[in-house]
Amino acid sequence: MNQKPSRFAYQARRHLPERIIQGILFLAAFSAVAVTIAIMVILVYESLGFFTHVSIFDFLTDTQWTPLFSDKHFGVLPLVTGTLVVATVALSIAIPLGTIIAIYLSEFAPHRVRETVKPFLELLEGVPTVVYGYFALLFVTPLLQTFIPDLPGFNMLGAGIVMGIMIIPYVSSVSEDAMRAVPMHIREGSYAMGATRFQTATRVVTPAATSGIVAAYILGISRAIGETMVVAVAAGSQPNLTLNPMEGAATITAYIVQVSLGDLPHGSLEYQSIFAVGLVLLLMTLLFNVLGHLLRKRFREVY
Amino acid sequence: MSNITDPKITAIRALIVKHKRWDQVFAIIGLLSMMVGVVTLIALFIDLLIDGSGRLTWQFFTSFPSRHADQAGILSSWVGTILVMLVTALSGVPLGIAAGIYLEEYASRNWITDLIEINVTNLAGVPSIIYGLLALGLFVYQFDFGESVLTAGLTLGLLILPVVIVGTREAIRSIPSSIREGAYAVGATKWQTIRDHVLPYSTAGIMTGVIIGMARAIGETAPIITIGALTFIAFLPPSPVTSQFPFLSFDWLMAPFTVLPIQMFSWVSRPQVAFLDNAAAAGVVIIVMTLAMNALAIVIRYRFRKRIKW
Repeated sequence: MNQKPSRFAYQARRHLPERIIQGILFLAAFSAVAVTIAIMVILVYESLGFFTHVSIFDFLTDTQWTPLFSDKHFGVLPLVTGTLVVATVALSIAIPLGTIIAIYLSEFAPHRVRETVKPFLELLEGVPTVVYGYFALLFVTPLLQTFIPDLPGFNMLGAGIVMGIMIIPYVSSVSEDAMRAVPMHIREGSYAMGATRFQTATRVVTPAATSGIVAAYILGISRAIGETMVVAVAAGSQPNLTLNPMEGAATITAYIVQVSLGDLPHGSLEYQSIFAVGLVLLLMTLLFNVLGHLLRKRFREVY
Repeated sequence: MSNITDPKITAIRALIVKHKRWDQVFAIIGLLSMMVGVVTLIALFIDLLIDGSGRLTWQFFTSFPSRHADQAGILSSWVGTILVMLVTALSGVPLGIAAGIYLEEYASRNWITDLIEINVTNLAGVPSIIYGLLALGLFVYQFDFGESVLTAGLTLGLLILPVVIVGTREAIRSIPSSIREGAYAVGATKWQTIRDHVLPYSTAGIMTGVIIGMARAIGETAPIITIGALTFIAFLPPSPVTSQFPFLSFDWLMAPFTVLPIQMFSWVSRPQVAFLDNAAAAGVVIIVMTLAMNALAIVIRYRFRKRIKW
């Protein structure tokens, strides 16, 4: 009898490549998990080496960070305050401007204006950060020095201002998304009561979108903390325990850059120290990122 | 008509007019706020152009860095940038697109998918310098790739992974399911459907994500500094094309290198003023490259949106 090839054989031939492809694609997707694990493993492993030489208590409470001097101190506080001061300056620019822009784009701007200006804002995000560093050091700081004559050449104020402008698009686009997610009928209800656009925007839409807007701020904070080149170029490289933005101070990221520029022997304490501060940086950004995403998720689910 | 002149009505009208004035005030404030961003962008570009235009000559593109500011150029750094971008494009882009396809087309709702998605969003928020630390520990010392083109390219490949994944997913999601159902109805398998329908139709969207990712990688400085890339490179990596069989050489992968943003950073941190002009000129080159790529992405997205109506 002339045997026909079984249907099932045919399917197996057809399905095997399908499965292989699916497996490959899965591995590609899983690489995101692998990268996260690799980051954690590397940072924790090298930090453990660091903490066998430096006690965690000293690391968290000492007020000096002088790993490159002969009298070594490993207190992370000056780096953390430097990071937070720059981030605060940046956010005091980015939050008000970003929020106003978001409200304007979502509630006020005519379609034409939005379509023309938004690409510009996106371009602002595309400029490499080292270029912003140059701009902060050689344009904004001299400009500030005409108002504040005794501002040093390296200072956190100039770096923070430029960083703030840099993260405006980030804050504004996430906030705008949150405001646009507020359904139209809520606005219409407000207009029906005789409210003006401004009243609707500030008293109805903004409160309704609060969690999304706060998420935008938090993601902006995390962005400002992790930003490297602007501060490495313009904020100075001297660890300095101060809350005064007029002074120069190293941030966590600037310290990592500074050490990396030198010839660091593998396994030395300086080498391990950048992983330890890197871990601090990662935990700080992780905290803000998780918080931001939780809030963002919330505003998505409300309507 | 008594109610037009009714004092109550006039009072309310006056009130509304007063409140409406705030609409106009706010519209102006909003426009001004946006202008802060736009003006900064323009000021930054003009500042760089004024400082750097004197150095933007042919010689600048064909010279190695030098101790003498007026003889220094960006030959080794633009060649380095191209080679590093090649590695990035070959590693990060296929990986990201594949991951995006999996998450959008194959992944079922379970904890593994959730885990992957959480990690992708999380990686997008990890500061770039952390990728540099990862590369320093993993690629430079564990895998022993050294401070090479390969290390830098792979690092940036990982860095752009979330951008490419998100771009791919958005592009694929915009394809209506009727397209897929049509393909299944005529007997196509899942992969045939994806290969012959989903991917071709979402190419423009995927390209947007890829270009934005690559533009980000070109300007990225911090992770490359962290892997310990030298800043003074007065030679080119070995050529990928050789005169002897098999005509291709991969020695360049392991070569030391420099890239444009690193070159700019090393010039900015020099105390001599003359080098600052070089930095500005290098900045103009970088900014033109990244802005051109971003603009291209915006144009592609815009045209894609306009042309295709499902």
